[in-house]
Amino acid sequence: MRNETIAALTSYAAANPDVMLLTADLGYSVLEQFADLLPDQYCNVGVCEQAMVGIAAGLALSGKRVALYSIANFPTLRCLEQLRNDVCYHDLPVTVISVGGGLAYGPQGYTHHGLEDLGIMAMLPNMAVTCPADPHEAETLLPQLLERRGPGYLRLGRAGEPVLHDAATTITLGKAVTMRRGTDVALLATGPILARANAAADLLGERGISASVVSFPSITPLDEECIAQLAASHRALLTIEEHSDHGGFGSRVADLLMASGTPMRFGKYGTTDALRGKVGSQSYLLDLLPAIADRAAALL
Amino acid sequence: MNQLTNHPVTIALAARLRAHAVRMTNRAKASHVGSCLSMADILAVLYGAAMRTDPARPDWAERDRLVVSKGHAAAIVYAVLAEQGFIPLAELETYAANGSRLAGHVTKTVPGVELSTGSLGHGLPVAAGMALAAKRAGADWRAFCIVSDGELDEGSNWEAIQFAQHARLDQLVAIVDYNKIQSFGTVAEVSDLHPLADKFRAFNWGVHEIDGHDHGALLTALTAPPVLSTRPTVVICHTVKGKGISFMENLLAWHYKNPDDDQVLAALQELGPELEAKA
Repeated sequence: MRNETIAALTSYAAANPDVMLLTADLGYSVLEQFADLLPDQYCNVGVCEQAMVGIAAGLALSGKRVALYSIANFPTLRCLEQLRNDVCYHDLPVTVISVGGGLAYGPQGYTHHGLEDLGIMAMLPNMAVTCPADPHEAETLLPQLLERRGPGYLRLGRAGEPVLHDAATTITLGKAVTMRRGTDVALLATGPILARANAAADLLGERGISASVVSFPSITPLDEECIAQLAASHRALLTIEEHSDHGGFGSRVADLLMASGTPMRFGKYGTTDALRGKVGSQSYLLDLLPAIADRAAALL
Repeated sequence: MNQLTNHPVTIALAARLRAHAVRMTNRAKASHVGSCLSMADILAVLYGAAMRTDPARPDWAERDRLVVSKGHAAAIVYAVLAEQGFIPLAELETYAANGSRLAGHVTKTVPGVELSTGSLGHGLPVAAGMALAAKRAGADWRAFCIVSDGELDEGSNWEAIQFAQHARLDQLVAIVDYNKIQSFGTVAEVSDLHPLADKFRAFNWGVHEIDGHDHGALLTALTAPPVLSTRPTVVICHTVKGKGISFMENLLAWHYKNPDDDQVLAALQELGPELEAKA
């Protein structure tokens, strides 16, 4: 999905000369399409994520909209205070594009596993936090984040994620997308792990359990209305994310249910300590977690 | 000695800034008066002579930008903005008070402030981004950034210093308020910066090294073309913490203490001749 995203960024920036792309020296074979076409709107600042965010803030304070590109934790945690102070508290139009969210860089080890980013980014003021499930969600959300003219976070997988929507599906920042409708349990998924939620719904169907699957490309703003409807029309909800099961998307949904006094069977599916320090492909690591279908069935 | 004759406007402005800072920290029982006083002359020359600003248009696109990275010196930053007409002078009385917009660290909600700072090491990267914007736009405004000596311990500054020379940001001017005292002791004791000028030269920056209380030297350095034609410039200002108030000079304690009422009177008396020079 990274190539589709950068293609979308390139075409948006070609029409909007105030849009710049900064990288901290990552994006080999990905960013060249932008750099070659729009050299005046591109800058590789070197391996310095803290300075990159500060530079982005300085550009934004001078009338630019800025997209940043790097891997997993580097443009989020390494420069967290620059994002907080310089970008978010100043409400500046800076969109962080992070490739390799979740376990996409599984074999590279835990320095490259992005498992805390969603929760931490969603804590920051003014930040729109998105976690697209497929190339279609990614390429349609990016222009919306730029149009919003505020801080944004676009958490990508890597490359080769399957397309889960047809091209006509409308993806709107802050809105969930229903993939299939069921009656017993609703699977609320964010990010490419949506494909596993779809597969889990098939398995549940074979067991006589009717499951809805809903994609949540946006964590902030969260589609609260959709969650309320799902809570009212199902016996149980299970949130699914490729992120720590503490503090991320599931916790946001749990907060909402608790705050609205909605008692119901609820589970959060995410990465756990069982994966800490483990090395392997994305699918190998995800397969170390309990099966989504089993977790969902256990809620009923 | 001849400063008063040669630079009466900025000398008088600096004295007024010092007086405001002493009164404001007294009223608010706030710290960092020593950090304010060491940069009074720098601010006075920047706003009084060197920078292109318009208080009626704080967002004027062609203005020179000043990022004050040592955000703890907020009192004197607000003081110079008030003296220049960006905010009312009377508002200085609200410094750090409940409900005030004048926070104890420099905050952008105040007209004329370019960036909220307080956590050290944030300003120079942002100023570099501003200079990059100016360069890409072909604009002629400059981005100044005042950093403290202690905050040069932060690695993010050196990321920006490296980036700025590579990006040929000749419109970027860093100003080091080198007062030799940081939070826990002297710079030499805590994390020695010497030889600071050589460090910047090794990073391909043009260097001015001056007495940061000499208005003539400040004016020359801050208005000169870049030392190296396509590289950023640093003005290393040798300063005295607490400068201008004899009993505060060179004392670490005035990073933290606030002056009591008697000390305010004594301070204003010391500033008297220069304050009166306004007329």
